[in-house]
Amino acid sequence: MSARILHIARNTFREAVRDRVLYNLVAFALLITGAAILVGQISIEVERLVVINLGLTAVSLFGVVIAIFIGIGLVSKEIEKRTLYTVLSRPVRRWEFIVGKFFGLAGTLAVNTFFMAIGVFAALLYVAHKFGRPDAWLFVALYFIILEFLIICSLALLFSSFSSPLLSAVFAFSLFAIGSFADDLRGFAALTHGAARWFALGSAYLVPNFSALNVIASVAHQQPLGMQLILQNTLYALFYTATALSGAVLIFERRNLK
Amino acid sequence: MSAIEILGLEKTYKVGFWRKRPKRALEPLHLTVQEGEIFGFLGPNGAGKTTTLKLLMGLVFPTAGSARILGHEWTDPEIKAQIGFLPEQPYFYDYLTAHELLDYYGQLSGVAAPERKRRIPEVLSLVGLTDIKGVQLRKFSKGMLQRVGIAQAILHNPRLVFFDEPMSGLDPLGRREVRDLMAQLKEQGKTVFFSTHILSDAEALCDRVAIIYKGQLRGVGAVEDLTSSVQGKVEILWQGSRIPASMKALNAECHVTGDRVRAVIPENQQDAAIDTLRRERLRLIAITPLRTSLEAYFVEKLKSTPTPEEIKVGTAVGNRV
Repeated sequence: MSARILHIARNTFREAVRDRVLYNLVAFALLITGAAILVGQISIEVERLVVINLGLTAVSLFGVVIAIFIGIGLVSKEIEKRTLYTVLSRPVRRWEFIVGKFFGLAGTLAVNTFFMAIGVFAALLYVAHKFGRPDAWLFVALYFIILEFLIICSLALLFSSFSSPLLSAVFAFSLFAIGSFADDLRGFAALTHGAARWFALGSAYLVPNFSALNVIASVAHQQPLGMQLILQNTLYALFYTATALSGAVLIFERRNLK
Repeated sequence: MSAIEILGLEKTYKVGFWRKRPKRALEPLHLTVQEGEIFGFLGPNGAGKTTTLKLLMGLVFPTAGSARILGHEWTDPEIKAQIGFLPEQPYFYDYLTAHELLDYYGQLSGVAAPERKRRIPEVLSLVGLTDIKGVQLRKFSKGMLQRVGIAQAILHNPRLVFFDEPMSGLDPLGRREVRDLMAQLKEQGKTVFFSTHILSDAEALCDRVAIIYKGQLRGVGAVEDLTSSVQGKVEILWQGSRIPASMKALNAECHVTGDRVRAVIPENQQDAAIDTLRRERLRLIAITPLRTSLEAYFVEKLKSTPTPEEIKVGTAVGNRV
């Protein structure tokens, strides 16, 4: 990887840290601590289920919000504030800038997720008093959540490369919402006929399939996850991310910075 | 070798809701800047100066034409390691300190870590920024940001520096320091290309200037030639308020201001005028050839409309249009 990509990624990470993005961890810590204490007092035998469900869902939602809100400004904010001029007037290729920004945001989310994961495990230990073998699947769920973030980051960057932050946010949140019900959309397509069927099926395959990446319920119920699913989801997320990033690069390479 | 060769660069934007209406920001521009010179790119606001600089920096794409910078295609990213650029009204990552920002830019320009460590305090001190360690750029004034902008443009010791309105936001002392810095860069053999609408800065600094107006190049030439004694007149200044009758006989246009008289006479009457002052025992203060100011030339070029032939001939060889 080009050293310039690393420098841009590191600066993007530093920006997120200095803009106090990681302060969301405080809110997360409060939420997970409160939930663990509350669940520990009122529920019977389902503490583990509740903590995993709530904890992983919070990890996912906090990360998605961060990915979208930072991602949509990664390019457009730099153009608007003209900070990009002094970067692109150096030996930096435009694609390096996009890829560097992507890795910077992905790195921020990975660090954020790491600390939130510690919170989830701590809460789990607090309510269950010990870790069981099935708890190892939590790592897979967290891995899928990170894959989900990669897709969202690349989509936010794609929208940011040609659209205003507001429209980018609308597009990204819409895709996240639709993608979370991608399996339902496929089910709906199977029930319809003609043009509606093709439209529903086309949309279901075009939007990112976040429902396949959501294994929180399975992990909470201690159901094992197959190796094939892990491999499939990995390849799918990498392909989707690479495609969206390529789109962002193609658009940005041709963009006039007025 | 030419530092910059602009070969018919032009830019037309599509404006309007459907982006169908063309708006010409820059007519085909032909311009050559030699290595080692300070070149002023003059024009009023909205003339096309910034568009030209953005085209050369690859920030916007031309509708037609090309350019060569330091002998390379201007689109070659590697050539940018030898170029410094200060954008107009620069804005930087305000969560960084000046040291961090310069370190980041140094990394992007491929400057090695030990060199960055040595160079950063050096350039910051050169632009007059001291005692700013640990202060984030969001706390900097406009003038201080301008100085940071100049520092980042020269950090990597480039051969060619582009400054877009470098005096903007600076106080008189700051402007003087930037002028000195540009002169220093020239002494080091670097080429400086700067855009400005402040003619006194250009007159004081530039070897050559180009005048652009409404996206069209109106004139190019050496400052000395443009401001030469074209009128064939001299200005004589003496103490007192008395105007000898013989001075009037020399067709002098005299004006009394306080205890000084300023007379403008034909150049060939200069000796006779000095004899008159000696005879009348008046104290001579100065004799100066009357020069066309750059401002007068600038205004003249803005009012005139050059023919296509004039533009082609004048710009192609870099002469006065």
